[in-house]
Amino acid sequence: MSKTLVDIQGLSKHFQLGGGRVLKAVQNFTLDIKQGETVGLVGESGCGKTTAGRTIMRLYEPTAGSMIYDGVDITKLSKRQFKAYRRRMQMIFQDPYASLNPRLTVLDIIGEALDIHGLTHSKAERKRRVEELLELVGLNAEHASRYPHEFSGGQRQRIGITRALAVQPEFVVCDEPISALDVSIQAQIVNQLIELQKKLSLTYLFVAHDLSMVKYVSDRVAVMYLGKIVELATSEELYDNPQHPYTQALLSAIPEPDPSAAREKERIVLSGDLPSPINPPSGCPFRTRCPAATEKCAAEVPELRETRNGHWAACHYA
Amino acid sequence: MNTPDMMRDDNPFAPLRKDATAGEKITRKSLTAWQDIWYRLKGNKLAMFGLWVIVAVVLLAIFIPVFSPFSHDTNELANKNAAPSWTHWFGTDNLGRDMLVRTMTGAQISLFVGVMAAIIDFFIGIIYGAIMGYFGGKVDEIMNRISEILYAVPNLLVTILLLVVMEPSLTTIIVAMSITGWINMAWIVRGQMISLKNQEYALASQVLGAGHMRILFRHLIPNAMGPIIVTVTLSVPSAIFTEAFLSFLGLGVQSPKASWGTMISDSIGAMTLFPWRLFFPAFFLSLTMFAFNVLGDGLRDAFDPKLKK
Amino acid sequence: MTTLLEVKDLSVSFDVFGGEVQAIRNVNLDVKKGEAVAIVGESGSGKSVTAQTVMRLIAMPPGRIKNGQILFEGQDLLKLSEKDMQKIRGNKIGMIFQDPMTSLNPTMTVGKQISEGLIKHQGLSKSEAKERAIEMLKLVGIPTPEARYKQYPHEFSGGMRQRVMIAIALACNPALLIADEPTTALDVTIQAQILRLMKKLQEQLDTSIILITHDLGIVADVCDRVMVMYAGQIVESGTKEEIFANPSHPYTKGLLNSLPKLSQRKDEPLIPIHGTPPDLIAPPPGCGFCDRCPYAMNICATTPPEVTDLGGSHKVRCWLQDPRAQSDKKTEVGV
Repeated sequence: MSKTLVDIQGLSKHFQLGGGRVLKAVQNFTLDIKQGETVGLVGESGCGKTTAGRTIMRLYEPTAGSMIYDGVDITKLSKRQFKAYRRRMQMIFQDPYASLNPRLTVLDIIGEALDIHGLTHSKAERKRRVEELLELVGLNAEHASRYPHEFSGGQRQRIGITRALAVQPEFVVCDEPISALDVSIQAQIVNQLIELQKKLSLTYLFVAHDLSMVKYVSDRVAVMYLGKIVELATSEELYDNPQHPYTQALLSAIPEPDPSAAREKERIVLSGDLPSPINPPSGCPFRTRCPAATEKCAAEVPELRETRNGHWAACHYA
Repeated sequence: MNTPDMMRDDNPFAPLRKDATAGEKITRKSLTAWQDIWYRLKGNKLAMFGLWVIVAVVLLAIFIPVFSPFSHDTNELANKNAAPSWTHWFGTDNLGRDMLVRTMTGAQISLFVGVMAAIIDFFIGIIYGAIMGYFGGKVDEIMNRISEILYAVPNLLVTILLLVVMEPSLTTIIVAMSITGWINMAWIVRGQMISLKNQEYALASQVLGAGHMRILFRHLIPNAMGPIIVTVTLSVPSAIFTEAFLSFLGLGVQSPKASWGTMISDSIGAMTLFPWRLFFPAFFLSLTMFAFNVLGDGLRDAFDPKLKK
Repeated sequence: MTTLLEVKDLSVSFDVFGGEVQAIRNVNLDVKKGEAVAIVGESGSGKSVTAQTVMRLIAMPPGRIKNGQILFEGQDLLKLSEKDMQKIRGNKIGMIFQDPMTSLNPTMTVGKQISEGLIKHQGLSKSEAKERAIEMLKLVGIPTPEARYKQYPHEFSGGMRQRVMIAIALACNPALLIADEPTTALDVTIQAQILRLMKKLQEQLDTSIILITHDLGIVADVCDRVMVMYAGQIVESGTKEEIFANPSHPYTKGLLNSLPKLSQRKDEPLIPIHGTPPDLIAPPPGCGFCDRCPYAMNICATTPPEVTDLGGSHKVRCWLQDPRAQSDKKTEVGV
């Protein structure tokens, strides 16, 4: 087994909303990511998966918990000390329309990464490096002088990937990198990400809400609900043998592009909506929508425990 | 099946030879954001009218006093209150001074005041607003409170008090207007910073390790330029108007210099007898204000990304 | 079954700086009574423009209807005055939009927004309209409808708002419901609820549906017939069985291939469609998909393909169906 690159222990992020209300966006998030692995993080909007990704990138200061990156607890580092780690961990964003500064050319967008860390020493070298990077994702030198609005969504997302890779990171948080893209383009980007992972030996945390895509790209998948990880397993295991009722419902809700499968499939349609994370239910967060909830679920918070080898679930009845 | 004929390039049903990047071509002409805005502004007739009026007024203000045989303080007491004629196109005033030249030197002063006030607002407003909006939290709260207190003090009161303490002069007027004038700009910039700092490109820059200065000046302020420019454009006419108002009250530039405001003030008593003395400065004042306002509105539309297709 | 809506040879353009964007080009489609038809395509393919043109919601200018007819119950909607059109919109044709957060008026109670149309179109009195509105809220599965009637949109969650939108759209018992990406902004578990609701209501009320979506999974779930749009044209149409079992246009096939199956492993790569869709300010002279098509032939770059009838209701717009095209290629695409 390869070594653990990122070890997140009990990470929490709470937001003060004023009026004494606290939004517990991420609670007690514990996850280890091994070198060269892809871990998927799925959940519905508002479940805290994006906040988790951003807290890991230290865009938000964590409320509690630690994050050991390659042996060093980076939550304890000062801003200055942390800058060195910025080169090693990068992020790909969700919205290809909002993640590129519309006032800059592609050359300057990608060049900024090189400038900040002083990776190139002359204008010509900077330009050459940007062009090399663009070729890595199937774009070419001609694209460097253009502005973001001239590109399609897929092309922009590739520019965003290039920017993240310009500093040669080893760990990349992909925050819903394909959810804003058209179906025919999603596969391009996913293939690209997998290919780059092999070529540059990257480690990914792949945040998404599209389960079939997450299952496809990830080695292991963590399912989040209302700020907590409710299930964690290898992707095969999770899809073949989901233990948490929420995971089961999520899996069954995926519409499949096959009429015969659609007809046979017995859907578990959850009733009700996601409860507010400001005022979460007592006990198990999922109990208000769970078809199998009992009194125990309201009284006791289920811990995330290993139900089988490498398969973790936070349900009293798993 | 695969006859040799089938594979020939001139056969319409032979496989098409394509460049590997055929699907990545960009067919549309490259336009920078500024070109794009200019083209949209050009399509707005009223805004373009405003722009040309401003250009024309500026050119007239510069060249008429240079080429005219009269100057703004040449008295022709024998020819006072003359009606417009071939020699004096706009007539003369109560001291026989040529109204055309005086209206244009007045334009110089009014435009100078307007532009200077706008430039000062621009710099103070951007810096103050950017710091408030970007850093947020306590910094924002304290700075915002200060600006609110300043804003609550009646503008005119500050100006008049200042004019009492300092000599009435152009500088005094500009300083007086700038004391509170930048607040509006600061608030606009603050709002922009608050919404832009959470844009993913700003986060991306932060993830790359960029410092505050880089994020502010390379990412946030350039993207806030639209509303900033609109605010600047609209603050010019308001400064011109304030100056005219102060001059009307006798607190503005002193004779023999004249701004539109002083000219209007001087002529108001003789309005029924010599209407041209009121008409020309008032007309140019209104025209210029109108031009800046429609240009500002046009710029707002041109910058609005919602209309972009 | 009688035909409810027939769109004939419709072309719509938008005049923008630098030219004319030909958003849809010669679109033909028909919807029968009680049928659910899906229009599938990616952003910019013209699917939403088609729907908005049917509702006459295109802003003109910059929009311009170049040619075509939209026959609804035999009447050409394009010839109606705006006033007559208002009697159809929301009354005989209902519409649901993508974003339930912005398509409701935040300053009006939900109940008022439902009953408004009833009073206007059906001439109901205030109390009758209220009664019917509460009935509609109950029908779309909103608990405690009497209390909810008096609430404002911000008091509803995303899924609940989309239910309210459906209630508004169906209040006047329209013959046709146009749903433009009704579940795109919603989470999977909520999406499943809304789709189930739409299916149930369609059966109950015998409404025809045009469902606009980019998600082939939803299509397989809800619809009877499918139209695949690409670059402003319908490139393939047929029953969902025909399309899914035998996709005949390389684009349709590409779309199906680029989705991962739940059983697909990481070492089996996805088959993406390379490149990006053409810019419709200068549509390619031949087939719109030519640049991205792995089977493109010389003729595809120069001459637009005609529609070929494949039997049943299955139609495709592709040169590979031409008898002169190499037959081995055709089978490669066909399966």
